[in-house]
Amino acid sequence: MTMNQSVTSSENAGKRKGQFSDVWKRLSENRAAMAGLFFLIFLIFMAVFADVFFDYQKACVDLNIAERLQWPSRAHWFGTDEFGRDMFARVVFGSRISLSIGFIAVAFGLLIGGILGALSGYFGGALDNIIMRICDIFLAVPMMLMAIVIVAALGTSIVNLVIALAIACVPIFARIVRSAVLSVRDSEYVEAARAVGGRTGHIIFRYILPNCIGPIIVQTTLRIAATISNIAALSFIGLGVSAPTPEWGALLAGGRSFIRDSSYLATIPGIVIMLTILALNLLGDGLRDALDPRLR
Amino acid sequence: MARYIIKRILYLIPVLIGVTLLVFFIMHLAPGNAAQIILGENATPDQIAALEKEMGLDQPVIVQYLRYLGGLLHGNLGNSYATGTSVTTEIMARFPYTVRLTFVAAVFSIILALPLGIIAAVRQNTWVDSASMVFSLIGVSMPIFWLALMLILVFSLKLGWFPVYGADSWKSIILPAVSLGFMNMASIARTTRSSMVETIRQDYIRTAYSKGLNEREVIMKHAFPNGMLPTITVIGLEIGQMLGGSVLTETVFAWPGVGRLLIQSINGRDTPTVMGCIILMTISFALVNLIVDLLYGVFDPRVRTMYR
Repeated sequence: MTMNQSVTSSENAGKRKGQFSDVWKRLSENRAAMAGLFFLIFLIFMAVFADVFFDYQKACVDLNIAERLQWPSRAHWFGTDEFGRDMFARVVFGSRISLSIGFIAVAFGLLIGGILGALSGYFGGALDNIIMRICDIFLAVPMMLMAIVIVAALGTSIVNLVIALAIACVPIFARIVRSAVLSVRDSEYVEAARAVGGRTGHIIFRYILPNCIGPIIVQTTLRIAATISNIAALSFIGLGVSAPTPEWGALLAGGRSFIRDSSYLATIPGIVIMLTILALNLLGDGLRDALDPRLR
Repeated sequence: MARYIIKRILYLIPVLIGVTLLVFFIMHLAPGNAAQIILGENATPDQIAALEKEMGLDQPVIVQYLRYLGGLLHGNLGNSYATGTSVTTEIMARFPYTVRLTFVAAVFSIILALPLGIIAAVRQNTWVDSASMVFSLIGVSMPIFWLALMLILVFSLKLGWFPVYGADSWKSIILPAVSLGFMNMASIARTTRSSMVETIRQDYIRTAYSKGLNEREVIMKHAFPNGMLPTITVIGLEIGQMLGGSVLTETVFAWPGVGRLLIQSINGRDTPTVMGCIILMTISFALVNLIVDLLYGVFDPRVRTMYR
């Protein structure tokens, strides 16, 4: 467990491929992180191939009142909802929505926040000041409230949900990328790249960002976890994905009315959300340790 | 110190102006016409135009914003579209509930988190450590509203110990506070552990042990105060998170606080009340962070000297 090998300059100079296999080696020794990774791969696999296993029409559209509100059994692993639809299939189709909104929103947040942060850190001065003061304003409002306000103003739809959650991520990524860029901006290899006449964009993307990718990857993983939780929360209070679409938070909200006699309807989607966030958190923590062994 | 506090408060002003500007313009994007909402479906275009004029809604957005800001400086947040009463009065009636809920939740989470984090750090790499960290990882990953439902299911519906919703007796606050505080408990415990793990490896801790002090004294008197700084930061941030989370908890438990008012006003398209709730929560968040920064000085004499 004690990996106190400090990253020496010779390691830094090594090929990036070598760095990746080092990181992978350290990550694969972390059992918790690997468990998280495997769970996520399983989830993504199920989400992608949901149509092979289940019939969307049957799981999410058709009604089958004869089989309504059945507790989990061999025929219906997660039971059936108030319209007799199989909850397992609905949870699997729900994973498509929850995961894709989570990934897409964070990807947009990372892209916009990353560009702003990189510009801010690289150029400094007035531009840095303006971008960071705007970020301060966004960060002054708790993330969940910010998302609520944006969805409330734009109206509830999946696209607006993505926009709201992406905007909520932007200032966080801008700050992280900025400080990461600041930490390598004045190193010799960047100066060398500038000296041989490299263009600014080229320097930022080719030399600066690859060398401060660690904290960005870690934060991305943790933000996806937070965003998936926020999607579910927004759907739960009626500002996200609404009823017929099987999103996890919406499934949970739907189960709320039946909590007295059919508690599995609210329990199961919650457990799935929790396991997904847990897996992302474990992976994020593992990546943090693997990318920077000095932190251990 | 006084100069530092004043400086920090002055710095809040542009941020808050920015927040009001941001929220005002975002809310302005909302479809629907305020006068129409107030007058209802059957209003004639003439009535709508007259009310718009009366409310100043026919003015440019920037004028409306400046007028709002002027009112805000006098503590006037406008009138609710839904009830016609002053938003300030309405929010201030709800605010004590949210403060009470957040306070109880914070106390609950801190009382549980500190021992959990400290014991995990002192017994690092034992089963106690793993167990408490698994516990807090699960806590971090659990959706607040799901925990709230599970607590209702077990403690209200099955056992009947606590009421399902409302704020009628002291019992009513227990479940909302636990569900709100649980996630924060977990992250405070994690931070406490990692900062204590670092602290107990310091030379002065070894010195304290070699003086012959017992473990309890060393941990509580020497390690704990020094390992506290990161924990205080996290507690401050978590209280901000709780203000956001209170929206969910208050909705599930029908707790009559600002968070629930916010959701009700969003559903009723009551823009002035929505603005008021957000602004109040943002100011509270900012003040909590300010207090946390000032607490740094109390706990760390090195920081205190920097204030001069």
